[in-house]
Amino acid sequence: MSTVKQDVRARDILGASALRPDGVAKVTGSFSFSSDMWAENMLWGATLRSPHPYARIISIDTTPALLISGVSAVLTAKDVPGKATYGLISADQPVFASEFVRYMGEPVAVVAADHPETCRRALAAIIVNYEVLTPIVDPELAMLATTEQIHPDGNLIRHQHIKHGDPHATGDITVEGNYTIGMQDQAFLGLEAAMAFPDSGGNGVELHIATQWLHEDRGQIAACLALPEDNVRLVLGGVGGAFGAREDISLQVHCCLLALRTGKPIKMQYSREESFFGHVHRHPAKIWMKHHANKDGKIVKIESRMVFDGGAYTSTSPAVLINGITHTQGPYQCDNAVVDGYAVRTNNPPCGAMRGFGVVQACFAHESQMDLLAEACGLSAVDIRLKNAMRTGDKLVTGQIVESVAPVERCIRETDAIPMPDSMANDADVLEFPGGSGRTADRHNIVRGVGWGVSIKNLMYSEGFDDYATARCTLSNGVASLKFATSEVGQGFVTLAPQIARSVLGVDDVVLETSDTQIGSAGSTSASRQTWMSGGAVDGACRLVRERLFEHVGKQHNIDPIRLMVENTDVIDTVGTFRISVADATQGITLSETFEHHHRKTEDLDENGQGNCHVAFAFVAHRAVVDVDIELGLVKVVQIATAQDVGRVLNPLSAIGQLEGGIAQGLGLAVMEEIIMDNGKVKNPSFTDYLLPTALDAPRVVAVMIEEPEPQAPLGAKGIGEPPCISVTPAIVAAIRAATGKALLRVPVRPQDICL
Amino acid sequence: MNEPLGNEMYTLHINGQDRPVRDAWVGESLLYVLRERLDLPGAKGACEQGECGSCTVLMDGDAVCSCLVMAATAVGSNIVTVEGLIEQNPTMAVTAQAITSQVTDVQQAFIEEGSVQCGFCTPGLIVAVHHLLDKNPDPTELEVKESISGNICRCTGYGRIFAAVEAVVQVRKANS
Repeated sequence: MSTVKQDVRARDILGASALRPDGVAKVTGSFSFSSDMWAENMLWGATLRSPHPYARIISIDTTPALLISGVSAVLTAKDVPGKATYGLISADQPVFASEFVRYMGEPVAVVAADHPETCRRALAAIIVNYEVLTPIVDPELAMLATTEQIHPDGNLIRHQHIKHGDPHATGDITVEGNYTIGMQDQAFLGLEAAMAFPDSGGNGVELHIATQWLHEDRGQIAACLALPEDNVRLVLGGVGGAFGAREDISLQVHCCLLALRTGKPIKMQYSREESFFGHVHRHPAKIWMKHHANKDGKIVKIESRMVFDGGAYTSTSPAVLINGITHTQGPYQCDNAVVDGYAVRTNNPPCGAMRGFGVVQACFAHESQMDLLAEACGLSAVDIRLKNAMRTGDKLVTGQIVESVAPVERCIRETDAIPMPDSMANDADVLEFPGGSGRTADRHNIVRGVGWGVSIKNLMYSEGFDDYATARCTLSNGVASLKFATSEVGQGFVTLAPQIARSVLGVDDVVLETSDTQIGSAGSTSASRQTWMSGGAVDGACRLVRERLFEHVGKQHNIDPIRLMVENTDVIDTVGTFRISVADATQGITLSETFEHHHRKTEDLDENGQGNCHVAFAFVAHRAVVDVDIELGLVKVVQIATAQDVGRVLNPLSAIGQLEGGIAQGLGLAVMEEIIMDNGKVKNPSFTDYLLPTALDAPRVVAVMIEEPEPQAPLGAKGIGEPPCISVTPAIVAAIRAATGKALLRVPVRPQDICL
Repeated sequence: MNEPLGNEMYTLHINGQDRPVRDAWVGESLLYVLRERLDLPGAKGACEQGECGSCTVLMDGDAVCSCLVMAATAVGSNIVTVEGLIEQNPTMAVTAQAITSQVTDVQQAFIEEGSVQCGFCTPGLIVAVHHLLDKNPDPTELEVKESISGNICRCTGYGRIFAAVEAVVQVRKANS
């Protein structure tokens, strides 16, 4: 529920609530997700996974599986022709475990067979002898040099120190806390799935895959297959959500190996249980944070120590860690800081990207701290945040100047101005109480609370990485065709890209070509970056084509091209004496241009954590209103009020969908979502036991979009995907604290944390 | 599979047609048979436990999770999948602003109200909303929430889905 309503649409240009071009296919069931693919003579692939979090592999006997009728291939580590390992930042993860398994669910073998049930039997027939070892699951223990190193690369994945300003500065008051963030799962609905087609001759493969980043996958796959990258073609399969979980390799290499071995198309898809083991999760973290402040509440110094549990393999842990520690201060001014961050290898499941990428963890700590500070200074949650609110030109604890538009104060004030929800009606249905359909609540035990959270989030990749995006625009006979490798994962780039083309070129008909590796990289659909990066690339390509169009029209009609412009669907001259429709002007010609958009360069951090490591920032405020059954510890989130710094709204309907969706995920982390670990074993790998927000859990969202166009951004728009899920979590927890008086230092908040 | 596993032919009645199922293992779920044997991939699998609702189909007028139904036990039932809604609701598509003649009013509202992002939960939700509104043409907000609480959507946070249901209710009221 929201106050935002779509505009009346004249043309589906930037700013209009253009509708999804894949909408009809998706509502009628005809949209082809990667799990919907089928091919003549295809075989099914399936993965054998370790039941142990840490063990030595003594032997693997695949013979019994190969004897089963219908089984075509069984592959293990010795069947990998190329590089034995892969990884986004460090190639430290084996395609198949050979000597050791380092987490529960690590792949050991794959099979190809004629039916999923045959695959299941074949997996059961493979005999693996393990010497079970004691898993190392505590990151504090794992990072000690005296602890057994569970990987040749060691247990400490990364340590980074930040020293900023005067490390000895003190204030009148200090507040500190030890915070814990649980392991959240992205829980996209569309499970991992792919189809691989071998080239005849076996020298190449075409993989249709639901992924966030085709080109990165291709590089890692080709290395493992020992094939030139050109012989590995990736095509984007329909993606059923991502949220970070499709940035790493899961079944890509396995599927291609089976296709090349059998010479047949291979379909692989994970079950939900397997998916919990098959992709990385949000890092669990422990954060100690101490704020020094003056009596009036002005922050003087922040000290923090953050430990992120990276699990068994590196994935994006180094980058997640840097995001966490460089956002220590939150959206507040802070001149002095001492921070140490550690990303540590353990025998827990590998952790990597999830919406918010390290900042979620830091934000829970800094926002909890802001409330402690408010209490210590006798200020309200709003006033302490206003007093310290960051502005454009302020410095981060990395020394980087925040050049982005930074309307933190406005985010807070506009959120504060949103009306509070009505108090619970006397005749309220029990379904609206905490606990909902469990019908357990006694309304006399229900207490309402209000809490705040405000956040800063970096946009795009950091630390010197040039995550450019490529797009091609072809204009002919009044129709624009756009080609890019950008992964549409549900966020709506397929809606936005045609809006850009219509705005720039004055066309109405825009065709989207297949997203694949037949064009340059678009970078990853992550880090809130595709509107900025791929949007910038589409915009750039369209502008180049428009220049060519003006040259063509100018030559044809003897007008200086510099005098030409696009108005609606016409090319006109600036004095208004000439007009020709774009459709007429492009009859019989084809204009095509490719553009790469690069963001500005960033830097590595030095040994003191100083450097311009980020590109840009976005801000948001959340206010949560909750009802808590204090006897049973159950929470109902009643309303989330939010004002988000979006730069510019390019599609109001898409934008509100991002805000509401992100808020639901942040709610999940606040009160229900956690992968529960027991000595390295995942205890709840199912949707029965891993709880996700349902329609009955959805709060009423009242959203304001703050439009102050970002000068650095090609379209003036900031990325809006991640901010909604970041500060809503601490806002909800603060509201529960307000209702219960409990300290609540960990998320998710569990019933026993409230009522025991 | 090559081994005999009780693979006698049976016939399912789906979207108004008799659909023979040949050479199927008797243990296959209705979801598997729809998707892999009958070329009806609209129902999606996402949890295998009846928790997420992505595989929702109508079976004799009830909304069921097809992942939990053994296909062979569905013989004799009237099954409607997302692909068959348009035939089952032929008059619904002709509203003034229909996007195409190939969608029902619920499907149209999902597109127009922004209820679709990745779209994986969408077919199941469309079936669930049709089922709700067939039984209860004027549901309260709470009834809407309860009736679709068995359909998990990870992208939208449900706000736009509520908006779509509300829009359909209003249009149907105005047209009746």
